[in-house]
Amino acid sequence: MSRLLLFIPLLLFFVLAAFLWKGLSIDPRELPSALLDKPFPEFSLSPLREPEQIVTTKDFIGQPVLVNVWATWCPSCRQEHEQLLAISQSGEIPIIGLNYKDERELALNWLQQLGNPYQFNIYDVDGMLGLDLGVYGAPETYLLDAQGIIRYRHVGVLTAQAWQDLKVIIKGWDSVKN
Amino acid sequence: MTPKRKKRLTIILGLVFGTALIVGLVMFSLSENINLFYSTSQIANGEAPVGTRIRAGGMVVDGSVKRSTDSLKVQFALTDYEQQVTVEFTGILPDLFREGQGIIAQGKMDANGIFQADEVLAKHDENYMPPEIAESMKKKQEAQK
Amino acid sequence: MIPEIGEFALIIALFLSAVLALVPMYGAATVNELWMSYAKPLAKGQFLFMLISFICLGYAFSQDDFSVIYVAQHSNSQMPIQFKLSAIWGGHEGSLLLWAFILSGWTLAVSLFSRSLPLDMLARVLSVMGIIATGFISFLLVTSSPFLRYLPSFPEDGADLNPLLQDFGLIVHPPMLYMGYVGFSVAFSFAIAALLSGRLDTAWARWSRSWTNIAWAFLGLGITLGSWWAYYELGWGGWWFWDPVENASLMPWLVGTALVHSLAATEKRGVFKSWTLLLAIFAFSLSLLGTFLVRSGVLTSVHAFASDPERGFFILMLLAITMGGSLTLYAFKAPNVKSESNFSWLSREVLLLVNNVFLTVMAVTVLLGTLYPLLIDALGAGKISVGPPYFNAVFVPIMGTMAVAMGISVAVRWRETSTKVVIDKLWLPAAISILCGLIFPFFYGSGFDFRVFIGISVSLWVISTVITEFIGKFRNAQSFSIKLKQLPFSYYGMMLAHIGVAVTAIGITLVSTYSEERDIRMAKGDSVELAGYQFIFQGTHVVKGPNYVADQATIEVLESGTFVVTLHPEKRRYNVKRNMMTEADIDAGLFRDLYVALGEPLNNGEAWAVRVHYKPYVRWLWLGGILMALGGLLTVADKRYRQSKAEPEDAYV
Repeated sequence: MSRLLLFIPLLLFFVLAAFLWKGLSIDPRELPSALLDKPFPEFSLSPLREPEQIVTTKDFIGQPVLVNVWATWCPSCRQEHEQLLAISQSGEIPIIGLNYKDERELALNWLQQLGNPYQFNIYDVDGMLGLDLGVYGAPETYLLDAQGIIRYRHVGVLTAQAWQDLKVIIKGWDSVKN
Repeated sequence: MTPKRKKRLTIILGLVFGTALIVGLVMFSLSENINLFYSTSQIANGEAPVGTRIRAGGMVVDGSVKRSTDSLKVQFALTDYEQQVTVEFTGILPDLFREGQGIIAQGKMDANGIFQADEVLAKHDENYMPPEIAESMKKKQEAQK
Repeated sequence: MIPEIGEFALIIALFLSAVLALVPMYGAATVNELWMSYAKPLAKGQFLFMLISFICLGYAFSQDDFSVIYVAQHSNSQMPIQFKLSAIWGGHEGSLLLWAFILSGWTLAVSLFSRSLPLDMLARVLSVMGIIATGFISFLLVTSSPFLRYLPSFPEDGADLNPLLQDFGLIVHPPMLYMGYVGFSVAFSFAIAALLSGRLDTAWARWSRSWTNIAWAFLGLGITLGSWWAYYELGWGGWWFWDPVENASLMPWLVGTALVHSLAATEKRGVFKSWTLLLAIFAFSLSLLGTFLVRSGVLTSVHAFASDPERGFFILMLLAITMGGSLTLYAFKAPNVKSESNFSWLSREVLLLVNNVFLTVMAVTVLLGTLYPLLIDALGAGKISVGPPYFNAVFVPIMGTMAVAMGISVAVRWRETSTKVVIDKLWLPAAISILCGLIFPFFYGSGFDFRVFIGISVSLWVISTVITEFIGKFRNAQSFSIKLKQLPFSYYGMMLAHIGVAVTAIGITLVSTYSEERDIRMAKGDSVELAGYQFIFQGTHVVKGPNYVADQATIEVLESGTFVVTLHPEKRRYNVKRNMMTEADIDAGLFRDLYVALGEPLNNGEAWAVRVHYKPYVRWLWLGGILMALGGLLTVADKRYRQSKAEPEDAYV
């Protein structure tokens, strides 16, 4: 009888551990992904390379794309750059850059030094598009389908693992088409 | 009853009474002092109770911060990118309070649909790099060119 | 090259700790003396390689090696050298390295200062510590190595350390706290070793007592430093926020306090054995739980590092293995709970039990309040937070009741004390403290205040009973000085710690009742009155620091027309992240602090938002914390714990 009493702490711990386990899967910092499954917000900004021209959503709608939010002031962006280059070389999906609250000259310099994985870059100097998009911080990566609907949002460095997850989603679309 | 039994009974009664007292105290305090969290959309849709202490979280809308000239009263709009709520606060804002920054406000909704905050907390994440970055980093990068 | 050496040293340390976890343990199980004797050299080797690893990271910080990701994210070339070095533990990876390094330090200490221990006991204790080290070093290597590099290219300069952490407080607070957290691993290891060996006599209690007291003292000191740091650095004048991370350090302290007392009863009287073992397991488990809460990001907190489910998962596994394993072992091997008792109602045993129950209940209520949001969220019932009023409402009455028991406990003896003796001893202190508690609010404040009455009475009760008992010791002594020397250090330690509790309680009571504060808009020449002091704002000017620029205000303080002090609060803007930081200025005193902080500039710097505080007796909070820690350390100096097994009991003086 009293031996059984000694099991009480162990039982209590199991209950606690179960809750902690559950707690791990809930992220209290989960961001309101208000735009998930909604169209990419309309904008009209200049591309990074050509200050006189204008790009809009029409420039990339029609095929699935990745939109990558980056800036030269962000060390983590440097970390994910290799991965972006690898994706662009694999030719699996085009990447559109969203250069966020940055300086044009510095950004161009960065692309020259580190290589350019982007099909083109949207130059969002005031962060207005970023605000519409709900950007929390750089880097962030959005997956858009051929209709320009946001299907997935990745916050933080795009690791090889994250890219694998994205590939699964893209493959899923391909199989539906065929 | 033997003295031993009597003693044991007292112990059990004491334990039961003490536990009941503490459980009661804890339950009462918990029910009085938990603050529910509401998003700005929920508040704008009228889901938040008026006059009860709640927490609201969201981003401070760019350009919405208005200060009174002769007191410490501040007004700003909070958004979750869907709907906005106007917040009023009197006092000193935290250092990390900025437009476009995520914050949490504690307070009550008033009858006019304005959130009267008595506490404003800035969310702060070390990994989030504010765009306003690295003077020296930039300087060095420029020097490289 | 150096960071690679650091990483490599860490791998060797992992190897050594794995061997330490297995070989001596197996040796103890098979009574193989050679295998058991490997424990000491392995403990030393493990410490050496952890030290190398730690120095390597320190070197990378001091040399501004921004190719190392961790350095680039937490340092900057403009930072003063002392902050570069303390930035080692400014982030997740480095603070975990500090954790593991301190663990190896405690392991070394046990191997060096345990000559009186039987070999098999020592082997088991060090092995258990080796198991913990294996878990933590693999956690470091697998999920959070601080030595990873940016390849192929790296930033020119670092991202700077959070300005809040660029402070003396960060240099000392985390190491102290970790000394405490990790120190409980020694008590834990002793408990596990005792369970494994089946020798559950009182010997293990005596061996682990001094280690527990040291760890407890460090943890208390760490918490005290943290509170003091928050007070002057956060610019709000608050000293305790019931933040999940603060609670995470308070819970092991509460359980540790219970453990310190229950160990005394187990050692001296052989009672509560199972309970003491359980407390030893829980004190360390709660330290691990604290680490889990901080690192996994399951709770949002100002202290929380970036959330990373992978890390959270790893720590949860560590927690499950240590807690699940030790509690299973406990359930099978702990001595049976006996309902027979050979002590009466009024005995020191019962009062220690009461103290234990109160402390445990407090720890449980804090745990409940901390995890409640998580529970509700896990049940899908919405996102909530539990505010400080909950903690205050629950904590204060329990604490108060416990303080009453504290006063009685010093007056009773082991086994049995007659009620008459206790009443004879205690009626005078009781009368004095109630009387003083009644008078104090009239004398100090503006009128009767129930909270102050209770707070002051209870605190004075604790102090006066300790003093009465102390004086009572000399009633039959022939010579004052001989008796003074005869009393054991542990007795003085107890007195000091109990007085510390009272001093802290006085501080809490008075600062939370009589504090005054005002947020006010001040232009040059404006003045404000607070608690009899006049604060005159004389404008601001710009000053330059090593890595920041600040607006510094000049505020003159007068008391009834005579000059008291000039305060210079600052609003700093750090160059790298352009973070704003409030640097309060404080005129500290034993009986009151004057605290001034700058808010923000108004109307383009024409005026400033200024926060002015009057904080009576706030220093007593931390003074009490220091007294408690000193008391804990003093007991360790007791000659009882210093004797080696080879020498007879009275060989030491």
